[in-house]
Amino acid sequence: MGLRLLSGDAPRSGILSLLLIVVFLGLALAPFLFPGVRALHTAATICVFILLVASYDLLLGYSGIVSFAHTMFFGLGACGVALASIHMGRGWDALLVGTLSGALAATVLAYVIGLFSLRVRAIFFAMITLAVASAVAVLVSQLFQLTGGEDGLTYQIPRELTPAFRFGEVFGTNLNGRLLNYYLVFFACLALFLLLLRLVNSPFGRVLQSIRENDFRAEAIGYRVVHYRTAATCMSAAIAALAGSLYAIWLRYVGPDTTLSFEIMIDVLLMVVIGGMGTMYGAVIGATIFVLAQNYLQNLMGVAAEATANLPLIPDLIDPNRWLMWLGILFVLSVYFFPSGIVGRLRAGR
Amino acid sequence: MSDPILTLDAIATDIAQYHILKGVGFQVPRGQVTMLLGRNGVGKTTTMRTIMGLLRNKSGQIRFDGQEIGALPASARARAGIGYVPEDMGIFTDLTVEENMHLAAVSGAPDQARLDWLFSVFPPLKTFWRTSAGNLSGGQKQMLSIARAMIEERRLYLIDEPTKGLAPAIVATMVGALRDLKRQGASILLVEQNFAVARALGDKVVVMDDGHVTWEGDMGELATDTGLQERLMGLSMEAG
Repeated sequence: MGLRLLSGDAPRSGILSLLLIVVFLGLALAPFLFPGVRALHTAATICVFILLVASYDLLLGYSGIVSFAHTMFFGLGACGVALASIHMGRGWDALLVGTLSGALAATVLAYVIGLFSLRVRAIFFAMITLAVASAVAVLVSQLFQLTGGEDGLTYQIPRELTPAFRFGEVFGTNLNGRLLNYYLVFFACLALFLLLLRLVNSPFGRVLQSIRENDFRAEAIGYRVVHYRTAATCMSAAIAALAGSLYAIWLRYVGPDTTLSFEIMIDVLLMVVIGGMGTMYGAVIGATIFVLAQNYLQNLMGVAAEATANLPLIPDLIDPNRWLMWLGILFVLSVYFFPSGIVGRLRAGR
Repeated sequence: MSDPILTLDAIATDIAQYHILKGVGFQVPRGQVTMLLGRNGVGKTTTMRTIMGLLRNKSGQIRFDGQEIGALPASARARAGIGYVPEDMGIFTDLTVEENMHLAAVSGAPDQARLDWLFSVFPPLKTFWRTSAGNLSGGQKQMLSIARAMIEERRLYLIDEPTKGLAPAIVATMVGALRDLKRQGASILLVEQNFAVARALGDKVVVMDDGHVTWEGDMGELATDTGLQERLMGLSMEAG
């Protein structure tokens, strides 16, 4: 049953299985295990980024396509929810319309980009996506009357998804709309992740893998490479937009820094590489480690600096203000020691 | 010759600034094995890739079963019934043997009877069915490459140097498999450097040199005329 849910794609490593179970249980029980606004926000961010990174893995890891426009699709989904909620007013219909229109816009844009640029060499596709993503980021900033510009947009979501909606208490945890909102994000991300897993383990996924490995050979067998690459780009964009919509529902705010920035694109790339390309489970491991490090490394270093206050040099080295430097060093080390990603290394059994 | 399965007419193909094929023309008879022979670098593999659509001919015509296919992409030519086994085997090393075979069955799930036949011809494929193709030996990879082209019945098989670099025992397996295919009435265009293999399988011979066809005739005629062999290829088939 469990293996069927994973589309027959077993983790194939005891340690990996354990890690995945820990992440799953940690996220499923986050509101009860880690009470507090910040912890819940971190858990929701991990859920959204697992989905976003997995959708990027479909493109990079399974299809061999390098795109820099993935956060643009993520942003389109988020903007869809924001604009629909502002113009249609607070309501479930606004969320639904915003989510669907964001995903549709992302799919259409991905189709157009794919159709014009996937016939050319991979590097040109990467450059075109970079150009389009930059143009859209500038456009969003310029069209401030519509998008809120650099300030972004705040909006209201259905009351049932906000902390104001309370309906009891379990194990000392208040049951409120924020909890419902979290589980909406959690289950939607889980369902979409399982869908992606199904996709990459289907005959379609195998064709994508064959194209990644040898596109000429795949074409000679009878698969129209450009069609498959375009389909993968569209599906990946649609899922990224859905992730963006979920993040917008969670945050109740959409701005360039939270959804569209190139920094997020780099983060997503790092998460895929650290977790392991072409594995899907790499998205789970990569996103969890990355988001946790982003949110808690500074605190951890503060504790460590205090504990070593009497030693020479060490407190200066691990000063909390140097957390970004250490984050960078950790990523360099992880890429050096796990060139095939953490999941790739664990599956290789070394 | 009546109703050939494939006709090449004055095909010219360039790779970058090099003129590789300079007006190649020959016919592949239906239900026979046509050997494409010649020294290294004369354009045999380029001819195969041009027929398959992996390289575009700048002039000339390619007619497959009476239809001009020069404008079709490689995938459409494959779906029209041309199976291609490239010189480098082109197997997908990240996928299992099973996944490689299923991928090659483009019109649906593979036919079990055909699969059983392939298992009988190439037993290692059954043994390593769920093994990653990247872990197979060179000979097993070649078996997979040929079996993949045979998984569905094709109207024409293009096979480029199937015995290259293989141990004699595996070469014998390959010859046996290709003989089986020939017995089923398949049309095959085969590039082969091993003259013993060429003589064992071929019905017709096309010899190429410097991007042209220099001789076209029956295998029987070439096999018995060592002088002709020396003149055409600088080698004697007796050597094989």
